[in-house]
Amino acid sequence: MKGKVWKYGDNINTDVLFPGKYTYTLMSPEEMAKHALEDLDPDFASQVKPGDVIVAGRNFGCGSSREQAAACLKAAGVQAVVARSFARIYYRNAINLGLPVIQCPEAVDVLEKGDEIEVDLAAGEIRSSKGNFSFPPFPDSVIGILKAGGLIAYTREKLKEKGVL
Amino acid sequence: MGQTLSEKILSRKVGRQVKANEVVTVSPDYILSHDNSAAIIQEFKEIGLKKVAAPEKIVIVLDHVVPAASEKHALNHKIIREFVEEQKIPHFFDIDAGVCHQVFSEQGFALPGLLIVGSDSHTTTYGAFGAMAIGIGRTETASIWATDEIWLRVPETIKFVLKGKLQLGVMSKDVILRLIGDVGAEGANYKAVEFSGEASSSLSIDSRMVMTNMAAEMGAKNGYFEPDDLCLDWLKNRAKKEFEIIHSDPDAHYEAIYEYDLSNLEPQVACPHSVDNVKPVTEVAGTIFHQALLGTCTNGRLEDLEIAVKILEGKKISRRIRMLVLPASKEVYLEALKRGWLAILYEAGAVILNPGCGPCLGAHMGILAPGEVALSTANRNFKGRMGSRDSAIYLASPATLAASALEGKIVDPRSYL
Ligand code: SF4
Repeated sequence: MKGKVWKYGDNINTDVLFPGKYTYTLMSPEEMAKHALEDLDPDFASQVKPGDVIVAGRNFGCGSSREQAAACLKAAGVQAVVARSFARIYYRNAINLGLPVIQCPEAVDVLEKGDEIEVDLAAGEIRSSKGNFSFPPFPDSVIGILKAGGLIAYTREKLKEKGVL
Repeated sequence: MGQTLSEKILSRKVGRQVKANEVVTVSPDYILSHDNSAAIIQEFKEIGLKKVAAPEKIVIVLDHVVPAASEKHALNHKIIREFVEEQKIPHFFDIDAGVCHQVFSEQGFALPGLLIVGSDSHTTTYGAFGAMAIGIGRTETASIWATDEIWLRVPETIKFVLKGKLQLGVMSKDVILRLIGDVGAEGANYKAVEFSGEASSSLSIDSRMVMTNMAAEMGAKNGYFEPDDLCLDWLKNRAKKEFEIIHSDPDAHYEAIYEYDLSNLEPQVACPHSVDNVKPVTEVAGTIFHQALLGTCTNGRLEDLEIAVKILEGKKISRRIRMLVLPASKEVYLEALKRGWLAILYEAGAVILNPGCGPCLGAHMGILAPGEVALSTANRNFKGRMGSRDSAIYLASPATLAASALEGKIVDPRSYL
């Protein structure tokens, strides 16, 4: 899937990804998407298109362990987040919720806002108008989690395949 | 190029050479959980499976709110006990055992070369025995119960080479606080941390566990000491199964190497409200506090009680403060009891609590009132963690804590020993 780049800096924390004031009410994914990046880039939620990619600096997703900070981007149609590095809990939360997170500093060096981009998870490649960048491909299991839309759904699928569920 | 301990342990698990930044799917040796098992059970049931995949790998320790402080907590424990019974989980420790990380280690689950995951951030503790031990989330714990598998990113490694000899009254807690102060709370984010150098091997097992426990506070995925004779001696008669000793190769790749000479290190204190806000004790000397907590999974072992006993024997703590002593486990408690240490501390004015997490997480017993300050040997000082949102926590070593309890204000412990 092709999309456009949204570019941000270092230390994008979970508060700007998804404000804390909304975390104690239950929200549908559509509602969550409306608040994505609210305090960092007010244009994002209204202009993001399915397939777009966030490209950012170091320590993306630092701060609290709130899972909505990953869920809201997925709900907004974000295809993947490419960053120099991720906060540990965010990295796991994102994948377990079905949002691909890719560490690829070379791509971050080059890509700018609005660039055309395509992420090939299975091949471990980012293709863009500014060149191609490779990253270690995810193993089948992680691709499986991403495709299923998250860990619980994936676990259920896998157990069904094995005939234990 | 050679491999680090983490790369080697994960390579063995997947059956091929892996290197940092790859993502692998592996089957852990043990999966720890505690009072949060009730939440995990709920998620596990959502998956729809009747039986856990490998009951013998699951270790559950009730420790966070023990004995139950309310009906809600009691129900939580009841759900867990019933599940343990139903699933025939052999490694279950009820409310008398102690804090999970100490119990897990003493019971011989934390072994060299093993891959251990736990739904608690301080699972990193087991690296003191050369294991790769990683804290994970609840959802993933439920999923491992169901599938016996987890995906992990192979971490890069930062090495701390420790040299020199600690002064009397300076403890491994002071070392780890200094390191966290220097690299910051995210300084080892997602990475493995290796503690090496001659000063590391001279540290006792109790001291090593303090450092691997707090490796989590610099963001580390896992932290470890390479297993040596001292470690193997400690494990004798404890180890629950066979294990293989794994070392980093001499030509392994480290993302960064930091050298420290410990000879001149002063006692350190982490000031409110973050663990990396670390200052030498001389800079915060005189700070008034209201409650002293000696214990937790960070500093509730025999060595910690011993130094407090040395400082407090035959004396009385300041009347301005109250002091709580929380031995980390039943084993520690019983030994301290036999040696007469608990009597000494009790006579000095401390209250002896039952082993567990106690006041560490602010859920029950020893809660702080608004405006109060605690001095604690635990690992976290986030705002409000031990009670009121308007309370504050300073973190220090057991030596600093005991000497400060005598004076009713923070003091340098070196002249008390
Ligand atoms: S003693 Fe404190 S830090 Fe340790 S496991 Fe319990 S709550 Fe967590």
